[in-house]
Amino acid sequence: MSDIDLHRRTFLKTSLGAAAVAIAPGMLLFDTAHGKPQPASGKVRWGMLIDTTQCKSGCDDCVAACNRENGLSGATGATDSQWIRKVEIKDVSSGRELSLPMMCQHCEHPPCVDVCPTTASFRRADGIVLVDKHRCIGCRYCMMACPYKARSFVHEPLHDQNPDVPRGKGTVEACTLCVHRIDQGLQPACAEACPNQAILFGDLNDTDSEISKKIRSVASVQVRANLGLNTGIRYQGL
Amino acid sequence: MSARPPMYFKNRLYYVLLAAGGLIALAGLYAVYMMEHHGHIITGMNNQIVWGIPHVFAIFLIVAASGVLNVASIGSVFGKAVYKARAPLAGLLSIAMLAGGLTVLMLDLGRPDRIIVAATNYNITSVFAWNIVLYSGMFSLVLVYLWTMMERRMNPWNKPAGFAVFAWRFVLTTGTGLIFAFLTARQAYGSALLPPMFIVLSFAWGLAVFLVAQAALYAWNEKELDPAILQRTKNLLGVFVIGSLYMVTAYHMTNLYFAHLSGFERFILLDGGIYPNLFWWGYFLLGNLLPLALIYWPGQCKPACVLMASLLVMLGAFMLLYVFIIGGQAYPLDIFPGHEVSSSFGDGQIATYHPSLLEFLLGFGGLAIAFIITITGMHVFNFMPHDKPHIAD
Repeated sequence: MSDIDLHRRTFLKTSLGAAAVAIAPGMLLFDTAHGKPQPASGKVRWGMLIDTTQCKSGCDDCVAACNRENGLSGATGATDSQWIRKVEIKDVSSGRELSLPMMCQHCEHPPCVDVCPTTASFRRADGIVLVDKHRCIGCRYCMMACPYKARSFVHEPLHDQNPDVPRGKGTVEACTLCVHRIDQGLQPACAEACPNQAILFGDLNDTDSEISKKIRSVASVQVRANLGLNTGIRYQGL
Repeated sequence: MSARPPMYFKNRLYYVLLAAGGLIALAGLYAVYMMEHHGHIITGMNNQIVWGIPHVFAIFLIVAASGVLNVASIGSVFGKAVYKARAPLAGLLSIAMLAGGLTVLMLDLGRPDRIIVAATNYNITSVFAWNIVLYSGMFSLVLVYLWTMMERRMNPWNKPAGFAVFAWRFVLTTGTGLIFAFLTARQAYGSALLPPMFIVLSFAWGLAVFLVAQAALYAWNEKELDPAILQRTKNLLGVFVIGSLYMVTAYHMTNLYFAHLSGFERFILLDGGIYPNLFWWGYFLLGNLLPLALIYWPGQCKPACVLMASLLVMLGAFMLLYVFIIGGQAYPLDIFPGHEVSSSFGDGQIATYHPSLLEFLLGFGGLAIAFIITITGMHVFNFMPHDKPHIAD
């Protein structure tokens, strides 16, 4: 009788030990990945104000920082992913030239989210537009719908990915506003890397935030504002 | 003669055709395997031209699948005996082309293995998601419709089923047109004219496919089509071709009237290289003027003439879709109006597209699937139209 009890105890102890060993790495990884238990807050709206007068032609530090942070190759072929790009524009009538970074504009009413058949494109409560790589079937309809050409399709197998920024062959991707950094209380890589502080990142909903104060005091525009998408990225001096 | 089943002496020919179709479908599968293994890098598609040749084939097949049912609708809904006798064949062609088109569309996905996600995660605002319901509904409805025609006990349900198919296919082609009409940001698309344009185009393309299939069916059964019937269907094709040309003209005319779209129209119609060439020589001349000349040329209408006109209409369809889908993406998005733009991501530049052989294999694979379903249906069932000696209407 006592023998049987001992066996059972040993078995239970071993099982508990094995379960702990099995779960522990997962818990550790979750902690390492800085997973936040609380969901994104709808009270916040993350955005950027880009001062085009401070953005220098020929400088692509923001692009390089983005590539480094998100594990992109940095190649600029027709099939390579570019989450952020430098655009050189010249007013046809006045000849005024400007250089500015262009990326996902994190719209309040994103056409990519509207057209996505599987809800893989979604808008987080804090205004960040993302692609769920597990739901994306690679139909590219969002790329057709995006007014800013902000999205790229992964055309070939990927290697050496950044664990914080999962990507996948055959799925669509775009600027995540460095959501993994934001969730750690950091700024997006491009904003941090700009040598002229031309990219101001912050909470558009917080009236006391630096970005809100600046948007109140200087003239800024949304690109293709006529589409009524209410973008989270604003441009000054455009 | 009457003891002969349909396709009686053609058994051997049937298996040869089946093998030929099977080989092409296999080649399409090979293309899918390669695209799955290597990624879309081995196609001509890129981040600027995101939809390519597979979409041209898929959209042709899906639009024609809806349009071919016109023949059935004229019979079942409007009660014309000549067309009613041809409704089963139209139903078969519709199912075959829908299957072929959807296969191409599905297998071109970046992750076709996840297609079930389209059913488990449904986005109510996505016209793509609506189309999943429309396509599967169409498939089921046409199957029921065929059942009501081919099973005597189900005959009383034929009229309601015919009406349901009639309504459904209008909604379906509207849905196909809306895929593009909802793209407000792009100059080529975002027009409310597109759904009706696709509906009228579907009439012409569907009837052209029908007339080719009918000619083959009659030839294989060693029968001759009544010249009066040939004359009627030929004239109907002429009307549909004129109607679709009108819609395409209206679409371009409205664009031309909008100053901000004149650059795009100039590109498509005048100086865009391959696109104006395909539009004028391919679509307008070969796909419209020549078939209309063949159809309306005074004198006796010959089956070969009608067959040629139908094949040309189909060819023109591919040309128009290439210009519409690929030319529409090749012209740069106007993100900064009034500015010259350049970047590493093709801003302000005409995008280039060189379709790969694999894309054509996938597209032809879809055609082959439609072909296999059609010839097998014709082989197994009796789809030969049975015309009454006197045309009642």
